[in-house]
Amino acid sequence: MDLRTRYLGLDLAHPFMPGASPLADDLDHVKRVEDAGASAIVLRSLFEEQITREKARTLEDIESQQNFAEANTFLPKPDEFHVGPVEYLEQIRKVKAAVKVPVIASLNGTTSEGWLSYAGLIQQAGADALELNVYHVATDPEETPDHVDSRIVNIVTELKKSIQLPVAVKLSPFHSAMAHLARRLERAGASGLVLFNRFYQPDIDPEALEAVPRLVLSDSHELLLRLRWLAVLSGGSPVSLACSGGVHTTLDAIKALMAGATVVQMVSALLHHGPFRIATVREEVGRWLEQHEYESLDQLRGSMNLARCPDPAAFERANYMRILQSWRD
Amino acid sequence: MAGRLVTLDGNTAVADVAYRLSEVIAIYPITPSSSMGELSDEWAAAHRKNLWGTVPNVTEMQSEAGAAGAVHGALQAGALATTFTASQGLLLMIPNMFKIAGELTPFCMHVSARTVATHALSIFGDQSDVMACRMTGFAMLASGSVQEAHDLAAVAHMATLKSRIPFLHFFDGFRTSHEVAKIMTLGDDDLAALIDEKPIYEHRARALTPDHPVLRGTAQNPDTFFQAREAGNLYYDACADIVRDAMDKIGERTGRKYKLFDYAGHPEADRVIVMMGSGGETAHETIDHLNARGEKLGLVKVRLFRPFSLADFVASLPKTVKSIAVLDRTKEPGAIGEPLYQDVVTAFVEASESGLWTGPVPRVTGGRYGLSSKEFTPAMVKAVYDDLKSDKPRRHFTVGIRDDVTHLSLPFDTTFDIEPDDVVRAVFWGLGADGTVGANKNSIKIIGEETERYAQGYFVYDSKKSGAITISYLRFGPRPIQSAYLVQRAGFIAVHQWSFLERYDVLEHAMVGTTLLLNAPLPPDQVWDALPKEVQETVLEKKIEIYTIDAVSVAKSVGMGGRINTLMQTCFFALAKIFPREEAIGYIKHAIEKTYKNKGPEVVKKNFAAVDAALDFMFQVPVPGRVTATRARPPIVSEKAPDFVQRVSAMMLANKGDLLPVSAFPVDGTWPVGTAKWEKRNIALDIPVWDEKICIQCNKCAMVCPHAAIRVKVYDQESLKDKPETFKSMPYKGNEFKGDAYTVQVAPEDCTGCTLCVEVCPAKDKANPRHKSLEMAPQAPLRAPERDNYGFFLDLPEAKRTRVALDVKGVQFFEPLFEYSGACSGCGETPYIKLATQLFGDRSIIANATGCSSIYGGNLPTTPYTTNKDGRGPAWANSLFEDNAEFGLGMRLAVDKHGEQARELLATFGTLVGDELCAAILAADMSDEAGVEAQRERIRLLKDKLAGSDDPRAKWLAGVADYLVKKSVWIVGGDGWAYDIGFGGVDHVIASGKDVNLLVLDTEVYSNTGGQQSKATPKGAAAKFAVSGKAAQKKDLGMLAMAYGNVYVARIAFGAKDVQTVKAFQEADSYPGPSLIIAYSHCIAHGYDMAQGLAQQKRAVETGYWPLYRFDPRRVAQGESPLKMDSNAPKGKLVDFSRNETRFRMVEQQDPTRFKELSDSAQADIHVRWATYENLAKAMTPAGAQQNPTKEH
Repeated sequence: MDLRTRYLGLDLAHPFMPGASPLADDLDHVKRVEDAGASAIVLRSLFEEQITREKARTLEDIESQQNFAEANTFLPKPDEFHVGPVEYLEQIRKVKAAVKVPVIASLNGTTSEGWLSYAGLIQQAGADALELNVYHVATDPEETPDHVDSRIVNIVTELKKSIQLPVAVKLSPFHSAMAHLARRLERAGASGLVLFNRFYQPDIDPEALEAVPRLVLSDSHELLLRLRWLAVLSGGSPVSLACSGGVHTTLDAIKALMAGATVVQMVSALLHHGPFRIATVREEVGRWLEQHEYESLDQLRGSMNLARCPDPAAFERANYMRILQSWRD
Repeated sequence: MAGRLVTLDGNTAVADVAYRLSEVIAIYPITPSSSMGELSDEWAAAHRKNLWGTVPNVTEMQSEAGAAGAVHGALQAGALATTFTASQGLLLMIPNMFKIAGELTPFCMHVSARTVATHALSIFGDQSDVMACRMTGFAMLASGSVQEAHDLAAVAHMATLKSRIPFLHFFDGFRTSHEVAKIMTLGDDDLAALIDEKPIYEHRARALTPDHPVLRGTAQNPDTFFQAREAGNLYYDACADIVRDAMDKIGERTGRKYKLFDYAGHPEADRVIVMMGSGGETAHETIDHLNARGEKLGLVKVRLFRPFSLADFVASLPKTVKSIAVLDRTKEPGAIGEPLYQDVVTAFVEASESGLWTGPVPRVTGGRYGLSSKEFTPAMVKAVYDDLKSDKPRRHFTVGIRDDVTHLSLPFDTTFDIEPDDVVRAVFWGLGADGTVGANKNSIKIIGEETERYAQGYFVYDSKKSGAITISYLRFGPRPIQSAYLVQRAGFIAVHQWSFLERYDVLEHAMVGTTLLLNAPLPPDQVWDALPKEVQETVLEKKIEIYTIDAVSVAKSVGMGGRINTLMQTCFFALAKIFPREEAIGYIKHAIEKTYKNKGPEVVKKNFAAVDAALDFMFQVPVPGRVTATRARPPIVSEKAPDFVQRVSAMMLANKGDLLPVSAFPVDGTWPVGTAKWEKRNIALDIPVWDEKICIQCNKCAMVCPHAAIRVKVYDQESLKDKPETFKSMPYKGNEFKGDAYTVQVAPEDCTGCTLCVEVCPAKDKANPRHKSLEMAPQAPLRAPERDNYGFFLDLPEAKRTRVALDVKGVQFFEPLFEYSGACSGCGETPYIKLATQLFGDRSIIANATGCSSIYGGNLPTTPYTTNKDGRGPAWANSLFEDNAEFGLGMRLAVDKHGEQARELLATFGTLVGDELCAAILAADMSDEAGVEAQRERIRLLKDKLAGSDDPRAKWLAGVADYLVKKSVWIVGGDGWAYDIGFGGVDHVIASGKDVNLLVLDTEVYSNTGGQQSKATPKGAAAKFAVSGKAAQKKDLGMLAMAYGNVYVARIAFGAKDVQTVKAFQEADSYPGPSLIIAYSHCIAHGYDMAQGLAQQKRAVETGYWPLYRFDPRRVAQGESPLKMDSNAPKGKLVDFSRNETRFRMVEQQDPTRFKELSDSAQADIHVRWATYENLAKAMTPAGAQQNPTKEH
């Protein structure tokens, strides 16, 4: 079965790849993921804070003025000193040299400030595309939805001024006008959307009275939210769509593709089952398509989106009503 | 690189030459020479090559003795070697210096001359250290300025090669080593032209090599030693000519001419000063001034002190000279005179007899000046010449102080001033942490390197590590600047911290028309009225123009955080009128671009914005024609302070210590304890505020406070009767003091604002957990009420020691006898010392190794060790860096001997004292507080009984009776001492079996001298001399000590497990043999905010980076393993700990691959070490014992 896919202008052998995660931190891991057949490698996000705050902190530490009679400095002054996350750029170079598949770098931030200049360095380092993860929690009651959206659009606009790389925007599911936002991003030059990022949800330690970050791996339940918005957006948008979050089984993957996903990213499934989960899903999706007499993946892709599915209301408000009804029944 | 005009300090100027002319550099850090070694290491790390195209091998040794040994070996093996040192370090090199000279080895060392510790240590400059080396056989060459130090460094290297006499090149510590000046450097081409390579080949040919072996270091006997010692005489005879020749060559090449004895002044001078070092520059400047006004004065600057060339010396003097004053920057008690004086006197005797000097022999007097960087000013120079003119010049004198005891000092006119008007002079008052010094160095660089002007900067620091004050003295002029003394009158004065106006006479150096720049947290129209009365008066009297900027607010508004340095520097440039404002701003911006271009455009942008904002927000303050202030500067210390503090300490605190006469001081360096409490520094912007409603009374705040500035008390409710209005208290929650009241109280004027108490506070408001029982709030409005509250708190009764539970909570009710030290805000060392004083302070003697703990422990003006209400407290002394364990052992031996004598005598006094009391004293159990208290009472009775006896042995017994009460000897120091320089002593002392307690405050780096690696530095951390990250593991000092089997060893971290910390101290004290506590101490040298120190300690322990254990040999008798792990098996990744600290992260930023390799390797080490400890614990469990050896109990 021909599973070839074009994502962000990149020609891929198939739609299955690891999502942005520490999976790509280690070169051995990266090779294992490639051996498992990943069609691209998505690197872990480089955070704005890493670029700005750490840089500021390091500069401060190095230049910290603690002048005593006996010592004016407390740390050596190295000749070669890279301020900022050079290791990330170095990792891009290394991964790029180690694998044949495209390498997608990832930046995570919320402002249009100086850190975006790192996108240029990421491009220079050889990344094939950039995934921009805008992880903004709108806690300020004075911040309007439009401002929240514009923040993301502005970042994309700024980015596209300085780099030629295709840019995918990884969004959170909590936008009041998702479809409109998608349209604005497309106009700002985004080549793709990744649906959705998963928050590190804070948990509460009741003994210590502290909020503690907790990482819970996804399961297939989380797919449903993605399916809805893939279905909504894939009908009307020419941009690539990646499904990220909740794909664990072959059927999950098929549903995501039917809803309109261009590609499917997996993290939790790979952490659970190992990198060869990609190979399994790829193989089984191919078999499934054959068994169900699809001619190609493209025939299936988007077949259940808002524009084409037999029951579009299911993805809209009626969906909610029906489910409530069924509970009552 | 060709020579060029640059601004640099003396150490850099010297190291720049020494580095290029050396192959092997072995060093050990010591103030003020450290930066010469550090620079060499930085250059080597950056692959800077020496003159022969190879990168010198730079090695840090374990002591100066080690560095001397290493260079001796390198020289024997034919290398060109150098080292840098000072003071005690130089003294440690003396044995090797005799050898190196005796073997006629070309070698040049560079010494930033520093005071040798006598009645006190001093880090400052004089020539007592180099004078102690006169007999070694080294040639000694003195430089008086930064330019000279650079040039004569080259002369010394040239001459040693040719003469085979090793050279000690020296220059005044701090004055020259740290003075920033504009000089012309010697380029590689210059050095290549100056250095004759033939002697290098000869040196190599003499190298020890198996290819043509020889033998050196024989032992000679009475038949031959003497003659052999005389065999090298001809080399010394030739040395002066060789040095002269080298000086001539430099003169020919550069135009900068030097002589062995440089004469300056009137060709027919009648009075001449002979001296060495930087003071000569001041004297030179002064006689130029005085000769221009009709005097006939001369000056001989001695360059080559050894070998002393009689012919050159007398040839340097005008024949007209009638009297000579020889000035020595050292003191040789008991000698007829100081060394240079004696040489000059002897020279005239010999020169007259031999006919080298034909006229009448001038009268020669000798004086001491400038000890420990005491100022040496034109007024003092004039005083010396004036004395020579008098009918009866003093044969021996001092100048620069007021000696009202032996009346040796010459009076001098403090108003005498010779500074020319065309030299711009500026004084800046700043904090050590606010960037003032850095900005000023930058200004000097800009003005010195971008313009034709000459520049000079000198920086004075106070002795504190938190809230330290710096005063910068800058000069800019059209000629090279010779003034080797502080600016006396300044046209520009900047006060970078508003609070200084209340504490110091900041206008001391003001003259008529001075411009005063203030950083004021006030609108411009409120500044005048806020000035203290004294300041307003001086402003009016001297017609001072005042400008102001609210630099902290402006810095925040332009995204610079609280960093005010760029703003204040811009204001200086705008006001100083050195060049037109626009041009000045252009220079600053250009400098910013150069400095920050590699750090990203946003950093440059931010600094540019700060420059622009400075100009926009600097305002002139309108000065009304009269004083409006009603408030004068408050007194320096409270009127309740003891007489000594009022007379002496207060003067020192006011920055007027120079005015104290000789009679003010104890004759032997003994100093009273408990004086820190009188210095109210008010350096915290925010202080903790206690919410008693939610406090759980854990006392952890008091436990972690580095400055004993937050305390807890439990006391009877009655005592609250007259409490101040805002004094807080709550009922005590435990059973042991049921019904009593409890208070957590901050010392508002002593707190440094580190926030460790807030960080550790576990008590949260249940409805609003963001609110804790301790929270920071601005100090200013709290200062007055909390000062009263704290005073009331201190007067509350202390809890009875015998009633207090000896756990973390309980021991915090013990009074700290170490308080308000000058340690860094958030210091990780002082909480341990404070705890020790709470537990055993009233019966402790402390031997303290030189380092941070001796500086915050004993650097004047104030002393943090104090006494309880009975007058008891720790007795403290610092001997040296290297000998501390031995020093403490000696104390133990003395205490034991006193105790033994007391017991021996007591046994013979049964009749007088009573058998029962004797027996009770001899059998006393002093293992707890009650036991100690009971014994003290018995000793009181004993003394009463002895007092009535006229038996001389009774008097003897009464004199040692106090030693019948248990004494705890503590040997305290840092890792530089315990792991490196003092390790031999530590090893010997713990092997002695004696009852001493060693406390190693392990910051894993030489903290006091600025972050050089020690053997305690962990793998993967960057430190000076390990720029790219240390590759070797940290030495496992605990394991080495455990190997003896009979040493109590504990590895602790109070921020991670305070329970274990407290236990370890108690066990160490109770263990009747040697104890070693290795205490994790977070430190500013680790590169992170010290407020996170406790959290980092927790991570250090959790990740296994710093495993906790106690090894108690007593457990074996109970059938248990002596080794108990007190922390859990390593969990998580080492990088979760290490990435939070710049010392580790810096390695990643230089070379991510190396960081990963070192991190991985260190991670593996952690597991190996843990397994080793676990196995050791098991293996050491006595046969048949049934317990889990690793489980805590």
